[in-house]
Amino acid sequence: MKRLFKGNEAVAEAAIAAGCRCFFGYPITPQNEIPEYMSWRMSEVGGHFVQAESEVSAINMVYGAAGAGARAMTSSSSPGISLKQEGISYIAGAEVPCVIVNMMRAGPGLGGIQPAQSDYFQATKGGGHGDYRMLVYAPSSVQEAADLTYKAFFRADYYRNPVMILGDGMLGQMVEPAEIPPAADVSALPQKKWAACGNNGGVQRVINSIFMAPDTLEEHNAALTRKYEEMARSDVMSESYMTDDAEVVLVAYGIVARICKAAVDILRAEGVKAGLFRPITLFPFPYREIATLADGAAERFISVELSCGQMIEDVKLALYESGKRPQCGIYARTGGNVMRPEDVAEHVRSGRINKSWIK
Amino acid sequence: MKSIIVSGFGGQGVLSLGLMLSYAAMKEGLNTSFLPSYGPEMRGGTANCSVVISDSEVASPVISRPDILIAFNRPSLARFLPDVADGGAVFIDACMRDGDNGAYKMIAVPADELCAGNRKGKNIVMLGAVLPYTGLPLWRAEEAVREVFKDKPEYIDANIACLYAGNEFAGRGYGS
Repeated sequence: MKRLFKGNEAVAEAAIAAGCRCFFGYPITPQNEIPEYMSWRMSEVGGHFVQAESEVSAINMVYGAAGAGARAMTSSSSPGISLKQEGISYIAGAEVPCVIVNMMRAGPGLGGIQPAQSDYFQATKGGGHGDYRMLVYAPSSVQEAADLTYKAFFRADYYRNPVMILGDGMLGQMVEPAEIPPAADVSALPQKKWAACGNNGGVQRVINSIFMAPDTLEEHNAALTRKYEEMARSDVMSESYMTDDAEVVLVAYGIVARICKAAVDILRAEGVKAGLFRPITLFPFPYREIATLADGAAERFISVELSCGQMIEDVKLALYESGKRPQCGIYARTGGNVMRPEDVAEHVRSGRINKSWIK
Repeated sequence: MKSIIVSGFGGQGVLSLGLMLSYAAMKEGLNTSFLPSYGPEMRGGTANCSVVISDSEVASPVISRPDILIAFNRPSLARFLPDVADGGAVFIDACMRDGDNGAYKMIAVPADELCAGNRKGKNIVMLGAVLPYTGLPLWRAEEAVREVFKDKPEYIDANIACLYAGNEFAGRGYGS
């Protein structure tokens, strides 16, 4: 049955449904409802909630719990996620599965507390040091936030890799009807034969990210890369809305995609052939799907972002794969401001393309 | 589709009014979104929320042109009035009335009078008054009031009285 959930609460309850029994966090707006919810909910389901003394501590608690085989999660918002980067790099290097939620706020630095998408590069291109990637899901509704959080734990275990839920303050704070997926039977999941969870009959299991011999580390890097390549083959998710005959394609993710969907409706009512392409996974990015649109009717692509030109780089990479050379521009609001559907529609009508978004 | 902006001072029940609209819409089997302003706000500061009610999927929870504006104070009215859709309706607390604006149907609700001393229930008077413009039935709104106050049962009766008072005011043609 559907219930009204705040985005943050839906993420927390979906994590519980997926069998997450370890949550470690540190407060920061606009994601505080996640630790708040976990603080009482974990004790109801016999799990563990710790409000750590810092973000650095929280991510290393995740490293420890997940290294012992538990389904573990932490959540934060932009400045807090920056603090977690060292831990995320170690977790990726040690191939430990976990889920990290980032409800983005405006930056850089402490920035503001209003919604933004300015951690796109950090989430999709590495963030911490070393060659690693996370699977990055970008939900655009409360229902999808629940569904993708649930899925994230399974994909994390499958790949032995951190998975990030990349939302924003608006998605975290907004309320919509949502249904949480049925609780997973965690006891039925495959044993984690690598997990450091006790004596195991005297067989030593080591969770580590240090490989001192260059050849060994190169082999490790190659194995990680093969994993990311498999993600690119198997995990890409996207949504197309009115793109079949669209001459102008808005590319947007998360809450901005919802705003763009309304903008497409406004433009279509005026006879403008506009459509929306929404990446649901940001890593792996749906390059091929965008190139296919460019091979078709699309003549103009507009990356609509709450950042100063981050996702547009991936849109341009995607267009490079097309035989055609459509125009590609950006419409952005930042600093915590969010565009309205009418603003996006007006930008499309204006025909502006190669200008900077800055007024 | 109905898009509604509720705005006023923090503590006037702005967000709970919006949440009750969304709850009633969900129970009615409609799609809905509730988007609150958030920030370093507190009692006496400003607060607003956007509510969308639709029989198809809600595209944007961010509203460009609200069909209904419910304003509990003058700064809110000044901020959101220019955005109201043509033919939209504007609900204000009668105590802040300063003449109609030709482009909109301006409805002044004497919430002070109708709340019968339950001043914290003025937002629920407004909920009752706005219902005919949302297409939501009164009994769903009553369900929403009961849900929101389920942990404070001592307030339910007084608030449902406010809901009915507002709705009866609407039934009398908004006092016109």
